[in-house]
Amino acid sequence: MLELRNLTFEVPVSEGAQETKRIIDDLSLTIPDDRFTVITGPNGGGKSTLAKLIMGIEQPTSGQILFNGEDITSRSIAERANLGIGYGFQQPARFKGMKVKKLLDIAAGKKLPMLACNEYLAKVGLCSASYLTREVDKSLSGGEVKRIEIATILARDPQLAIYDEPEAGIDLWSFDRLTETFRDIHEARDGRSIVIISHQERIIQLADEIILLRDGKIAATGTPEELLPTLGFVAKGVPGCQLTEPTELHLTEIATTC
Amino acid sequence: MAVDLSPIDEGLLEQIANIHGMPKGAFNIRKDGQLVQRSSSANIEISTKTDHPGIDIHIAPGTRGETVFIPVIVTQAGLKDVVYNTFYIGEDCDVTIVAGCGIHNESHQASEHDGIHTFYCGKNSRVRYVEKHYGEGSGTGERILNPVTNVIMEENAHCEMEMVQLRGVSSTVRDTNAELGAGAKLILTEKLLTHDKQTATSNMKVELKGDDSSVQVISRSVAQDDSVQIFNPLVIGEAACRGHVQCDAIIMGHAKVTAIPGIEAASEDAQLVHEAAIGKIAGDQIVKLMTLGLSEEEAEQEILEDFLN
Repeated sequence: MLELRNLTFEVPVSEGAQETKRIIDDLSLTIPDDRFTVITGPNGGGKSTLAKLIMGIEQPTSGQILFNGEDITSRSIAERANLGIGYGFQQPARFKGMKVKKLLDIAAGKKLPMLACNEYLAKVGLCSASYLTREVDKSLSGGEVKRIEIATILARDPQLAIYDEPEAGIDLWSFDRLTETFRDIHEARDGRSIVIISHQERIIQLADEIILLRDGKIAATGTPEELLPTLGFVAKGVPGCQLTEPTELHLTEIATTC
Repeated sequence: MAVDLSPIDEGLLEQIANIHGMPKGAFNIRKDGQLVQRSSSANIEISTKTDHPGIDIHIAPGTRGETVFIPVIVTQAGLKDVVYNTFYIGEDCDVTIVAGCGIHNESHQASEHDGIHTFYCGKNSRVRYVEKHYGEGSGTGERILNPVTNVIMEENAHCEMEMVQLRGVSSTVRDTNAELGAGAKLILTEKLLTHDKQTATSNMKVELKGDDSSVQVISRSVAQDDSVQIFNPLVIGEAACRGHVQCDAIIMGHAKVTAIPGIEAASEDAQLVHEAAIGKIAGDQIVKLMTLGLSEEEAEQEILEDFLN
């Protein structure tokens, strides 16, 4: 269970300025186990900041974060990760020289059998055989890197997984596969909680609880039935599913453009 | 056997050539300027040069699937070892050559090894060359390696060269020169890690002389502490050829890296590209690995290892 108590996060309005701007404003929230929560709301409302505060990437100005009853406010990112919190970045890092397989192994904390890798990549709509030996560098498209990022969280299998806009940069076909994956994790009901920051109706519909975040505060909470009509969504996914193959890279060929 | 190998020697050989004991097939192991042991095979003949210190390695045309080991180790302080190794690789070969030098220096005197390697790659031959340089020892004496590599490639020869300097080399000046005939293809990969007050200079000159020849120069380096690196690769296109030079460096601490990738075209059909990037480890990479449970130090180590491997 995750508990946020009176969490506040302020940043200077400009570099070196004394005056501060409040990004998260005295926010309190409890996310029980087995819960699928979607945090939505307007841009700049504090959604990503909240996720970073939970993971420890940002430190709150005041307030407390408790995970399974333990105060983790001053714990490092790695300590929180090892306690069971995972975070899928909105804009994933790229690593020159690191293979997809290696990144998945690091995420899982062990050498993964190929079968497991296949499964994680298939769940995000990627053909495993073509991707495992590829480097997580600029040769992969934004959508591919994003899906690999999500696969690392699946491989890590944390008790609390936070995904920051997992749909961003992903085509609608793969997105369909992804929503199925989130639904499967949730339906397993094995004590794991998912928090997804999203604007997608398809994801919001899966939620047990929706949190509408505006100006760093919780503006509303409720079930999809209660809140969806007030959010005014029109976006729909495209049905069907297919696995993407990477663009063939002839590594021995010499690129003539950069 | 002219010289016995100590545990230190065996450790160095493992580092630079990944060999345990004497390898199979053709090899030549040199220690402190002297021959330790040599073996020729049916297709690969190794003989002592008569004009300079060093060896000639003749690989018979059509030799396939064989590996030649020619590692050098230096454990004697104050020694400057200069050696000329010349490879004559026949037509239609497919061979691997493993070279490298390991220096163990416990004293305050400098140890130096300058290996001058020349490769004549015959028509249609395929050569894979791996060279690792490594230094160790607690002494203040400098560990110096100044290799010169010359590659002359005939028609449709294919050569992949991987030159790696792992750690512990105080000072290096690397000179690599290549001439490519028609249809020849060279992939030159250089990986360097410098630390403390080490210096490394790498000069490369690749001349694409024949039509449809191509070269890919890939330089990846990590400069830590107060070390200084200079990269100076130059690709010259004199025919309908393709060349790509890519220098990537990670800079840390107070290190200094200079990358001057050069391209020179003397034919309107030459297609040459260069790119260079120097930067510190990206913060988002470290944070990502920390969210996967690694400490900051472990994350940094992982990123560097992958970058260089």
